[in-house]
Formats: sequence, structure tokens, C-alpha cells
Amino acid sequence: MFRRIEQTGSDSVTVRIDNREFQVPAGISVAAAVLLCGFRKVRNTPVTDSPRLPYCMMGICFDCLMCIDGVPNQQACQVEVRDNMAIDYQRGAAELLQQE
Amino acid sequence: MKSHYQVLVIGGGPAGLATASAAARQGLDVALVDEQQAPGGQIYRNVATSKDWAIKYLGKDYLRGKQLVVEFRQSGADYLNNASVWYLDERLEAGLLMDGCSRFITADRLVLACGAQERPMPLPGWQLPGVMTAGAGQVLLKASGIVPDGRLVLAGSGPLLLLLAWQYLQAGVKIEALVDTTPGWRLVEALPSLPRALPAIDYLFKGLKFMRAIRNAGIPVYRKVDNLRAEGSDSLESVCFNLPAGKAGNGSEIRIEADTLMLHQGVISNLRLPLAAGCKVEWNGRQQNWQVSKDKWGQSSVKEVMVVGDCAGIVGAVAAELQGRLCALQLGHEIGGLDSGRRDAAAQRIDRSLKRHLSIRPFVDKLYAPAPAFQLPDDETLVCRCEEVKAGQIRQAARMGCVGPNQVKAFTRCGMGPCQGCLCGSTVSALIADEIDSPLETVGYFRVRPPFKPITLGELADS
Repeated sequence: MFRRIEQTGSDSVTVRIDNREFQVPAGISVAAAVLLCGFRKVRNTPVTDSPRLPYCMMGICFDCLMCIDGVPNQQACQVEVRDNMAIDYQRGAAELLQQE
Repeated sequence: MKSHYQVLVIGGGPAGLATASAAARQGLDVALVDEQQAPGGQIYRNVATSKDWAIKYLGKDYLRGKQLVVEFRQSGADYLNNASVWYLDERLEAGLLMDGCSRFITADRLVLACGAQERPMPLPGWQLPGVMTAGAGQVLLKASGIVPDGRLVLAGSGPLLLLLAWQYLQAGVKIEALVDTTPGWRLVEALPSLPRALPAIDYLFKGLKFMRAIRNAGIPVYRKVDNLRAEGSDSLESVCFNLPAGKAGNGSEIRIEADTLMLHQGVISNLRLPLAAGCKVEWNGRQQNWQVSKDKWGQSSVKEVMVVGDCAGIVGAVAAELQGRLCALQLGHEIGGLDSGRRDAAAQRIDRSLKRHLSIRPFVDKLYAPAPAFQLPDDETLVCRCEEVKAGQIRQAARMGCVGPNQVKAFTRCGMGPCQGCLCGSTVSALIADEIDSPLETVGYFRVRPPFKPITLGELADS
């Protein structure tokens, strides 16, 4: 649903989104990477479990909260992609309870 | 990075950059805190590293930011990037979240230049994946060179929507439709302000240029539409609306299949930090915006706190920069030994330019005031995206006797999520005011409390 306007041959990094490997341009945000790779959700909401995608891309809305390298509640639009980064959906707020 | 500065500026947009550069050049000890990785704010995002292709798509106004960044880099001010302010209190101690740990900084003077955010546009289905803001589209374009691919609809009103459409056309992005929600009578209300806007006629010409490009590209434009909504099960599938009643469309329903819907209805002041610092805010009826009260120099109601740029009322990028220069003069006067005569002489030219750039505002503010449907959404529309509270629940809480947003928050959890009311605050105040028939000024706005950003115990323990 998103594409790069120019393939300028800039550096790329390898990230794992939901356990699948993707090459994405270096320097972009995690939220941008997830959109570029065609994902249609980044998380499910704690209240009604409904899917969400990044909404404001500027750190205001907190709709892009994801689990990045094992740390939940990260604003994906404010974090830059790094090589070998593990990016996962954030499922609700009660993940710790479910693991018990 | 030190633990105390004479001047701590928060925000790396035009207002913050101009203040920090000019204050540092006067010899003051200045640091600028920026949530972004590089200076420029949202408007000039990534401007210093932008490639030639980006300039082609973004237009030459964007280049103005480059000069600001160069001046800032040469000024000697410290630049604290990738730093989120997670804590601020009335003693003006700022807690920064940087590199996974928290640090506290104090300053003699705090300059809040935290800019604006897009006005929330609550409509049915605005929480669906695939619906985002026009600003988000701009960030993707400026920061990553990423554009929508597939069926794109732009909807709402305001200059940014037209600018984005123009930029997308330059970048070869296909736009299925532009859905304009500006009510017809807004133009009638705005026209008397047009003569006052003449000194800034270049802004009007820019708007006309965008509209002409949109028409020439053959993009279907639907005007004065009503009942806008986004539909789909797990993500956006279509954008629906009704044409205006009357001879042309006769209120008929239009449905456009879409993968991405970008919404916009103007911007509002970013109030979180000013409120946390204890600054007084006021309601600006013309801009339909809560703004921080300040004087010409940016002095807020708190002695040590200055506010510049869009967080003290929507003024636009160039005016924000000019306000920053005025603020720096006052800082020089108060703590840098600049006498009032030289301050006033230097301010004179800035004042004239500022007046010209602000002359467009009454016209634009009136023309693009948000349509009533998005200020007072239907009962079933989600108002709080974090805690998923609907407009009907807010109305019910107000009827039960909640007279202000903070009570509504306690009863419904509305505004209690991680965005802390940024995406619902203006709607909640408007809904309560309407339901209990009380002026907005009386109803007031959410109280804010730290932490402003999610912070782990580990990050806190590292401080």
C-alpha cells in the first residue's frame, strides 16, 4: 500500500517484522518500515482487540505502539530501524498475564 | 550536555531553532531539546539531509528550513536530539528520555516551542488501519521518501491538504479523490477578512496554484460534502459521504473504494508541556484552539517560561521563526545584558515582517474552521482512540453531572490512555460544552500529568 518514490540505492538494513525478514532503507522509522512492507496492522488495542496502523507518524497519537527488540510500548514512528531489529505486533496490554 | 543551562529550548522546529540560535549568538548558554533525530521540526523535517529529489517534490518553501538549521549549527547552542521530555513540573525541572535512560535538566529560562499537532478529526471509522492524517503522509514523504501506493483519498479541509495533494502530484502519486468538507458558508464568513490578507497575498497565490494543479491533473474534487465516514471490517475498504443537498448532487451518497484515507482539518496548539509547566491557556474562538497566553516577546503567565510558535496560537512556520527571534531578544534583555533600547530597535524590523505574515490568518482561520460535524461527532463515533470511548459516553457523563473534562476522564477513562488526551481533548471539551450548554472557557481542558511518554522502571532507575 506504500512505496518508495525513488530507489536511490541508499543503504539498507535487514529487520524481522512478525518473524519475517525484510530489507528496508536505512534511516527510516520502524513505523515507516512496517507500512512499506505492506502490513495492515501494528497492534491490537487493549480494550476491543481491534487492529491499528500508524495514524499521525509524529509521536502524538501512540497508535503505532509496537514491541521492538522485546521491549513493548515503543512508539514505532519515533524509533529508527537498525540491522537485525526484531519488530513484533503489540497484542493488547495484558501480554504478561496471558503468558502465565 | 550539562545539567543546567541558562536557556533550555524544547522543540526543534522553526520557532525553537530561531530562538536557540539567536539566544546563543548573544552569548547565552543554550541547549535545544528535540524529539527528532535531526533539527527542523515537522515542517522542515530532515531538511538538512534532504536530497535533490525531495526538494523537487516538497517545493522551495521547505528549503527555508535549511538556512535555519545551518544558523543553528553555527550558533554554539547544544543540541540534544532523540530526547523525549517525559517529565516537566512547575519547578521547571525537565526529565529527558535519551538512549534508554532518564536525565534531569534545569534552566534559568525555559522556552517551549513544541509546535502544533493536527486537529483530531473524529468520524465514523477513523480508527481503521489505512486511515491516517495528512501530516503523517507528509512525514512519510519528507523523512523516508515513502508515498501511498494503491487507492488514495484525501479528505477534510485546510491548506495542508492542498499542499499534500500538490506534493503527491509532483511525486507521481495517483489520487482517487479529494473530498472537501469545508461548508459552503465558511467562504461567506471568511470573505470580509480577505482585504486584511492582502499584504500576504503570496500565501493566497500559493493556494490557488495548488488548486489549479489539482484541477489540471483531473482529480475528482467533491465539495461541501457531509456525513464523511470510513468503512471496512479489519481495515479501510471504502470512503463514503453525501453530496450537498441542492440542485447538483441532491444529497446523494458517494462511495469510493480506498486503501488509504488521509484526513486533515487544520492544526491545533500542542499544549502538553505548557500545561505541565503551569502556563495559563486561553480559548481562541476564531482559531477554535486552546493556546498558551503570552505577550509579544513570548512571556507566558509563568515568569521563567517563554512560549513561541504554534503552541501559543497557530501562526505558521515563518511567523513562528520570527516569534523565536523576538523571544531571543527578550532573553538577551533579561539575562544577557541587552539594554531595552537595542532590543526594541532590533525588534522593530521583526515586528513589521511578523505583522505581514500574520495578516493571512483571519481569512484562513475563518475559511478552514472545522466543520461542526467533526467538533461534535455522532454518539457512535469513537472520540478517545486509546481507551476507545465514544461520543455518546461523553455526552452521558456530562448529563450525569460531569462539568469538566477531568471528571469525564475519571468516569469514562477518556483521555487516560498513552496519548493523554492529545487526540480527544479538544473534542471532549466541545462535547461537554455543547451538552451542558456552557462556554468552552468555563468547561476547560484536560489536566496533564507526567510521565508524558511511556517510560520503563529500568529507564527511570538509570536516571
